[in-house]
Amino acid sequence: MATEFTPWMSLLGGVLIGLAATLLMALHGRIAGMTGILTGVIPPVAEDSVWRIAFLIGAIAAPAVFVSFGGTIDFAVPVSTAALVIGGLIVGVGVFFGSGCTSGHGVCGMARVSPRSIAATIVFMATTFITVFVTRHLVGT
Amino acid sequence: MKILSALLIGAVFGIGIAISGMANPAKVLNFFDIAGTWDPSLIFVMGGALVVAAIGYRGVFGTRDKPLFEPQYNVPSSRVIDARLVGGSSLFGIGWGIAGFCPGGAIPALGLGYTETFVFVAAMVTGIVIARTLGNLTFKTANA
Repeated sequence: MATEFTPWMSLLGGVLIGLAATLLMALHGRIAGMTGILTGVIPPVAEDSVWRIAFLIGAIAAPAVFVSFGGTIDFAVPVSTAALVIGGLIVGVGVFFGSGCTSGHGVCGMARVSPRSIAATIVFMATTFITVFVTRHLVGT
Repeated sequence: MKILSALLIGAVFGIGIAISGMANPAKVLNFFDIAGTWDPSLIFVMGGALVVAAIGYRGVFGTRDKPLFEPQYNVPSSRVIDARLVGGSSLFGIGWGIAGFCPGGAIPALGLGYTETFVFVAAMVTGIVIARTLGNLTFKTANA
């Protein structure tokens, strides 16, 4: 399934993500990593769960509000339900042991030149490329 | 004030993710499919986010001793690249390549209301719970 190349909207979205990361550090002193924020609200919750819950509500509500005011967000899932479940389980285990994901390591960690985040980002980008190549071109779905 | 601030920052993050295409598994998977229906858009997401965050962090750390609402910055200090980091990150990439969702893309996508996102997030949260349980077990065993 082809998708449209959207350099300007993607750049604008990226700038907003970077802005959110900067603001969360300036005001709350926190890394804007979804893995860390989310893990802190899964029981047993972290002591400082209140800002985490507020951040998550904002992150979920904003796209809903955007769409309700007539904005359009393209969305399509080109994989099976089984792939979502298996992929979801693997992502959950992986980000827990890897201590972060695209937002935490790939944006925030890389931005502060953390060696761990640079290593993590290179590794997960590589395994994602390999996985997509295997599932789309070798296994023949 | 602190809660409202976190809510609004979350909203900026969520809208950024949504308009960038990171909340759309078809677009994410196409970014990784150079040999097929390649869509390079996500380079602009990562690039834009990284440049703004890098300049932003320099500004924040260079001008303020502490964040506005907290007594200190809460930033990981470890610099050790161990098997746990590399193994976990490898797994994360495999899962991301299978499903097309990463955590930062999936959570804002919940707001779009599609069933697929809820299925993925439920599985991902289960994965985190399993990993945390396993992690605690191995930690306890190692220290027994």
